[in-house]
Amino acid sequence: MFLKFPLSYPLRFLSGLITSVLFHEQDWDTEEELNKVKDDGSMEKEIGELRRSRPKRPDGGDFTLSDVFYFSRKGLESIVEDEVTQRFSSEELVSWNLLTRTNNNFHYVSLRLTVLWGLGVVIRYCILAPLRITLAAIGISWLVIGTTVVGLLPSSRVKNWLSELVHLMCYRICARGLSATVHYHNKQNRPRKGGICVANHTSPIDVVILANDGCYAMVGQVHGGLMGVIQRSMVKSCPHIWFERSEMKDRHLVTQRLRDHVNDKTKLPILIFPEGTCINNTSVMMFKKGSFEIGGTIYPVAIKYDPQFGDAFWNSAKYNMVSYLLRMMTSWAIVCNVWYLPAMTQMEGEDAVQFANRVKSAIARQGGLVDLSWDGGLKRDKVKNTFKELEQKKYSSMVVGDDSSD
Amino acid sequence: MGSRGSTLSKIPNVDKLMQETGFSQAHIIRLHDRFRALDNDEKGYLCPQDFEAIKELAMNPIGDRIIGAFFAQGPQQETVDFNSFVKVLAHFRPTDKNRPKESTSPDPINSRTNKLKFAFQLYDQDKDGKISRDELLQVLRAMLEMQVTEEQLESITDRTIQESDTDRDNAISFEEFRKSLDKVNIEHKMSIRFLR
Repeated sequence: MFLKFPLSYPLRFLSGLITSVLFHEQDWDTEEELNKVKDDGSMEKEIGELRRSRPKRPDGGDFTLSDVFYFSRKGLESIVEDEVTQRFSSEELVSWNLLTRTNNNFHYVSLRLTVLWGLGVVIRYCILAPLRITLAAIGISWLVIGTTVVGLLPSSRVKNWLSELVHLMCYRICARGLSATVHYHNKQNRPRKGGICVANHTSPIDVVILANDGCYAMVGQVHGGLMGVIQRSMVKSCPHIWFERSEMKDRHLVTQRLRDHVNDKTKLPILIFPEGTCINNTSVMMFKKGSFEIGGTIYPVAIKYDPQFGDAFWNSAKYNMVSYLLRMMTSWAIVCNVWYLPAMTQMEGEDAVQFANRVKSAIARQGGLVDLSWDGGLKRDKVKNTFKELEQKKYSSMVVGDDSSD
Repeated sequence: MGSRGSTLSKIPNVDKLMQETGFSQAHIIRLHDRFRALDNDEKGYLCPQDFEAIKELAMNPIGDRIIGAFFAQGPQQETVDFNSFVKVLAHFRPTDKNRPKESTSPDPINSRTNKLKFAFQLYDQDKDGKISRDELLQVLRAMLEMQVTEEQLESITDRTIQESDTDRDNAISFEEFRKSLDKVNIEHKMSIRFLR
């Protein structure tokens, strides 16, 4: 409908310009100690080295006063930086992309840079944003009207075809409304009917990105307000799965409904985000096993946003939906890559958790993301004691050794 | 990103801090970013809950003691400001082998002795200058908890004290502590990397 606006090219030029302006203004610290001290050794290796100067005991177990060094060092390393907390805030950029929001320590550097930045603000807020908001409004209203109209038709192939057409058109308008440039890879692996599409989650926009290239049955909670209106009209033209809040608590009910949908091969593939929460697109966190217990073919999809043009991560603690969308519409653009991975099914002797981890690793590998076993729910919850007990157990085998009758 | 000036100006006494701790500007900025990231409610200081929210620290068997090391200034200390935060972390800065030895200036925070003192504090919770049998037992209990029996804990404690306690007072003083760790490469093992 609209010409594909090649936003990416002028923006890449701009980014190159910025890097060249800034590069001589940064002074990279070279820390020789970086090489000396980097030590990702295991507990056995580290404590073994600490004990090197002592004679080995016959039963292999020992306790020395220096053992505590290992734990205190690990503890302080995690205070300075840890794998998990950083995943719930926006990724730090190596070079600035002229958005104040990504430069926490905004400070006057040079006239040239400030002028560039000012120009950027004018373009983004006065030209791009109103255009985008208009487009988004058109997209959403057309979605509601279109799906309601299609819903009036009797069930038939024509209805399904029209429904897909309407959905695709509206999502494409919405994507233009965000200036999203998406590159889809391996389209031959695109999810098929009766399957489950699984992807890593960074923001609510993921849905728009994926739905631009195919039709999915959405899964989610029933909302009120504008979202509720959209949900109710969408479900008129083709089946989506919306749960009431009370139903979400009953896992069996949820699994059953999803299973019924998947078993009906005429229905569209379900779109699920097994992480359960938004992560900042540098890593993939634990996949909840619920989606992998339904049975059916899993179509993994990896989504990677290019942070240079705009930060797509939704930090729900900091921003609500509306301010998040406004931030999206005042970024340069949303540029991302979507990889469709080959379909996977549960193998013999593999339980749901192992299957989930296998899929997660495949997605992480393709998207260039860090594969973490930490639960995304840690954003809000505390760590379980079992982790601490595991560490204690590992250490105890070094202290008590093989002979437990000490 | 040329934005150093503004961050550094927000920190009080930053030059003095850099001198005392030996951290460079880049270090201070990085630590300040981390301080602000840990300070969820933007209070300007950290309290124990902010540390407890660090997942990897929560699973460390002596996590509580490490947190305690930040709040060790006074008996009911409940907050850590940025300067104290940096000073504690300075213990783990790698030692500068190239620094000229000045006999008149005080030991830098990351000297071998001060690193040892930091580790000693983790054991000596009542700060009487000695690790009593009881304190050692408590540390062992924290690190091993359910994995070993009480008898095993006691026998390990006794054995350790026997090995290090040269003046036979059934406690380990700082000197005995230092002597028994003479051969351990403290500079390496008690240092961490601060920049990415």
